[in-house]
Amino acid sequence: MIPAAFEYHRPADLASALSILNTHGDEARVVAGGHSLIPMMKLRMTEIGHLVDLQDIASLRGIEVTSDSVVIGAMTTQHELITSDALATALPIIREAALLIADPQVRYMGTLGGNVANGDPGNDMPGLMQCLDARFTVEGADGPREIKARAYYESAYFTAREEEEILTKVTIPLPAAGHGFAYEKQKRKVGDYATAACGVIVSGDGASVAMTNLADTPIWSEQAGTALAAGDVDGAVAAALAAIDPQEDMRGPIAFKRHVAGVVIRRAMERALTRAKG
Amino acid sequence: MSKMHVKFTLNGEEVEGLAEPRTLLIHFLRENLRITGPHIGCETSHCGACTVDMDGKSVKSCTVFVAQANGADVTTIEGLTNPDGTLSVIQEMFREHHGLQCGYCTPGMITRVHRLLQEHPSPTEEDVRFGIAGNLCRCTGYQNIVKAVLAAADQLNAQKEAAE
Ligand SMILES: Cc1cc2nc3c(=O)[nH]c(=O)nc-3n(C[C@H](O)[C@H](O)[C@H](O)COP(=O)(O)OP(=O)(O)OC[C@H]3O[C@@H](n4cnc5c(N)ncnc54)[C@H](O)[C@@H]3O)c2cc1C
Ligand code: FES
Ligand code: FES
Repeated sequence: MIPAAFEYHRPADLASALSILNTHGDEARVVAGGHSLIPMMKLRMTEIGHLVDLQDIASLRGIEVTSDSVVIGAMTTQHELITSDALATALPIIREAALLIADPQVRYMGTLGGNVANGDPGNDMPGLMQCLDARFTVEGADGPREIKARAYYESAYFTAREEEEILTKVTIPLPAAGHGFAYEKQKRKVGDYATAACGVIVSGDGASVAMTNLADTPIWSEQAGTALAAGDVDGAVAAALAAIDPQEDMRGPIAFKRHVAGVVIRRAMERALTRAKG
Repeated sequence: MSKMHVKFTLNGEEVEGLAEPRTLLIHFLRENLRITGPHIGCETSHCGACTVDMDGKSVKSCTVFVAQANGADVTTIEGLTNPDGTLSVIQEMFREHHGLQCGYCTPGMITRVHRLLQEHPSPTEEDVRFGIAGNLCRCTGYQNIVKAVLAAADQLNAQKEAAE
């Protein structure tokens, strides 16, 4: 399986990367870890004239934990998310979710930025970022702008990012100390995308519920969060199920997916409630 | 499309060659450099037979362009024997505990285990199973692979202690 030919660029900084994107327009595409893009190129479902490799751009890496937020560079790998103790202390749900993505080899390469920028409804980080009310910084020729994760996804593979923009970092406001959390995922085997997955945060400030691979975008349900914050788990599960729109595919028919979603959502809510302190 | 000049470290030695950027690392290793330890099982990022170590990470070389490996430090199973050519501890334990049958998955498996034991020198059985989840084996049922990895960890730790 050999993809169509392309021209390869490896810029050393963001400005050079943006200028290559500007010169070549929609002929150009960035590659981060390549573990969503390269399989698509090998299947010749994506053809690219100019591939812009971001691996040398140091400013796109790193995890910074402050008193009220976490800022993660787009090129930070899933493996780095899992092995960061500072991140696990501040936001343990990220490690819990990242450990459920793919397999070790994929996690060494796959990046947070690639996972959220991709727009594949199967990716786990977009739902999690909606649950956490994260903001994505994208930068183009006109400078940086922020887009809320909850406003980023339009439909499968269509997002609010313009083609000449690069996603540079993800900013996550820290939930209240002692918050309860859970990311629950049902998959057919290790390395598979979710049949259904759900992220939940509960704290004194309220609750947040978002789901993965149950529609053509991640789904954040405000109603489910409100019901859960009021202690009404049954109502919260019902609200979450009302918000999804799963389609039949190789992971099963719609009725099966709705059933699995109900189980996964309830487990996530119950585990988050058990873990909440105070 | 024109070829590019690629150069990287392979098993401790510098290698170079001309390749189209779209060439996958596994093809460059096997066809240009005749490094045939890493195998092609699925060619679709699922089986791990093509696993190599790149800059301290276990990666599926069927899902990396050789262009991305330019300048990297790559190790394959060929670089994991002892310097005198005898079997390394991990290889010896796979032999002793019958951790392979047909052997097709073995180079990728051992290359992955090499990195796993660097990161988790004293893994539990669960750590081992989780750590090799990206490598499929159609023969052994994994049981003897897990035994071999746990035995290798014990031996490596004993060697380290003896050296201290
Ligand atoms: C066998 C296998 C199993 C997998 N299982 C899962 C799973 O269970 N859950 C899951 O979430 N993922 C899964 N993945 C996907 C994996 O996590 C990907 O690596 C990840 O989704 C994309 O990250 P990447 O860095 O590899 O992005 P790439 O493949 O490099 O890029 C993906 C897309 O995003 C764009 N892009 C990347 N970075 C940026 C940026 N900074 N700015 C703008 N655009 C950008 C690229 O142009 C491309 O269109 C799996 C992959 C494989 C091969
Ligand atoms: S050949 Fe690369 S993962 Fe199977
Ligand atoms: S020994 Fe045959 S595939 Fe593993």
